[in-house]
Amino acid sequence: MDRIPILKLGGALIVTIQVDMHDRLALALEEDLTAMIARTGARGVLLEISALEIVDSFIGRMLVSIAAVSRVLDAETVVAGMRPAVAITLVELGLELTGIKTALNVERGMALIQARLAEEEDGCGGDREGHEG
Amino acid sequence: MKATKAEPPKAETLAIRSGDDVVRVRQRVRALAVEIGLGLVDQTKIVTAASELARNTLDYGGGGHVHAEIVQAGTRRGLRLTFEDQGPGIADIDQAMTDHYTSGGGLGLGLGGAKRLSNEFHIASTPGAGTRVTIARWK
Amino acid sequence: MTRIDGAEVLKRTLADDEAAILDAWTLSLREGTSLQSGRIREAELQTQARAVYRQLRDAFAAGGLDADAEGFAQLRDTLADISRSRAIQGFTPTDTANFVYSLKPPVFEALEKAHATDAATLAAGTRAASRVLDRLGLHTMEVFLASREEVIGRQGQEIAELSTPVVRLWDGILALPLIGTLDSARTGVVMENLLQAIVDEEAEIAIIDITGVPTVDTLVAQHLLKTVAAARLMGADCIVSGIRPQIAQTMVHLGVELNVVSKATLADAFAVALRRTGRKVVRQQASIEGRG
Repeated sequence: MDRIPILKLGGALIVTIQVDMHDRLALALEEDLTAMIARTGARGVLLEISALEIVDSFIGRMLVSIAAVSRVLDAETVVAGMRPAVAITLVELGLELTGIKTALNVERGMALIQARLAEEEDGCGGDREGHEG
Repeated sequence: MKATKAEPPKAETLAIRSGDDVVRVRQRVRALAVEIGLGLVDQTKIVTAASELARNTLDYGGGGHVHAEIVQAGTRRGLRLTFEDQGPGIADIDQAMTDHYTSGGGLGLGLGGAKRLSNEFHIASTPGAGTRVTIARWK
Repeated sequence: MTRIDGAEVLKRTLADDEAAILDAWTLSLREGTSLQSGRIREAELQTQARAVYRQLRDAFAAGGLDADAEGFAQLRDTLADISRSRAIQGFTPTDTANFVYSLKPPVFEALEKAHATDAATLAAGTRAASRVLDRLGLHTMEVFLASREEVIGRQGQEIAELSTPVVRLWDGILALPLIGTLDSARTGVVMENLLQAIVDEEAEIAIIDITGVPTVDTLVAQHLLKTVAAARLMGADCIVSGIRPQIAQTMVHLGVELNVVSKATLADAFAVALRRTGRKVVRQQASIEGRG
């Protein structure tokens, strides 16, 4: 069965979703990510979705659930690169991506995650940058 | 009127039996939406609505099919999709249309969401006999 | 009594009296308002009349009175082309319809002359002419209206695009100054343009300035909120500026909660945007001393 590759970069895990997600693939990704966060102790998860042509409630639910599981494992989830048409459709659909931070692209997304890591090293909570989805 | 009369309206029927079929429905709906010249946002809306309804057909209707056709009203062209299943049906349609209502494990945005993403929405259901949902998006 | 074939009668008259009918028709076209408006030249009008007449005669030769039948296809196309160009040139509906309808009196006259003594034949021929020409007249109007609708639709689209310029205020900061009434079609275009510009410019902050928007109803407020929500999903923030006092009041009365960051003026919003992107505006030392 196909699986979506997960890359580790510093304290973050990066996933680029390039294919039309079918349900099994989405469930496998959720499982793999959970296992990988636990194994590596990653503090951030970056999901790059600029290639996704649609996000329906199933994929949306997957994103929310990845974010929720990650949070329990003390990692923050950032969704990067959502297309305008997808964003408009999601809003119309009525889906809220609670607990997910968003970024315009991978670079900004990594910056968000790194800012969090740096903050924690300094030991101060500080004002959090970024946007709640 | 020359061009409009000669062109036969395009239609096709796709089975919805598995998760892979849902992906196939999305791809075909996208192709038809491109063909009638829908803009990118409208394409995304009808494909997303189709995805929601196809999954409903699969998860709650136990599978079925979708009939996709290109329709014409005056100078406007549109895409009409009819999802049909012979599943348990819906007893209370009003309740099923409410956001966050779900009889399965979903977020419960399927029907209401699909309605908001379409220009036309009809639903007919007989408990024990099945459900038919028709949506359309006009250019 | 034998049934008289009206189509036959009309066909004979059209063939026999071609010169007279054409003359009378072009004369009445010349006197019509089409020419006076200066939108079309006389020669062109005559060429069109002759072409239509010829095709009408040929269509009858092919048989039948049904203007929707195959034999009339060429004539319908010609009339459609003429109507379409009339619509684009800005003719009135009356002028366009009269092109076909002004053929009726000359044809009736010719029929009367040919069958003055035979009332039954005259009636059959007149009925046939009315039926065909009325249908063709309606056809020209249908095409005329469809073309006008197309023109209006295209203009609407163009206006919507023209009236929503997204401007770059600074690196990563966009502004969308909205002017005029927002309906849902226009707001859709606005929304798409802004979100696309956010991607293109990699903008973190977009300022939607509604100083020039006279009213904000529930629907418009909803559209604004949706735009803000969509931008947020993409990783950008929106600030709404320039909400006029009356609008703020209306919105509160309507129960519309604009749950976004809002500032009184575009300048205030810009200052916030600069601060959020880690910049600030300072006065140059020299000018302070100069004033002091």
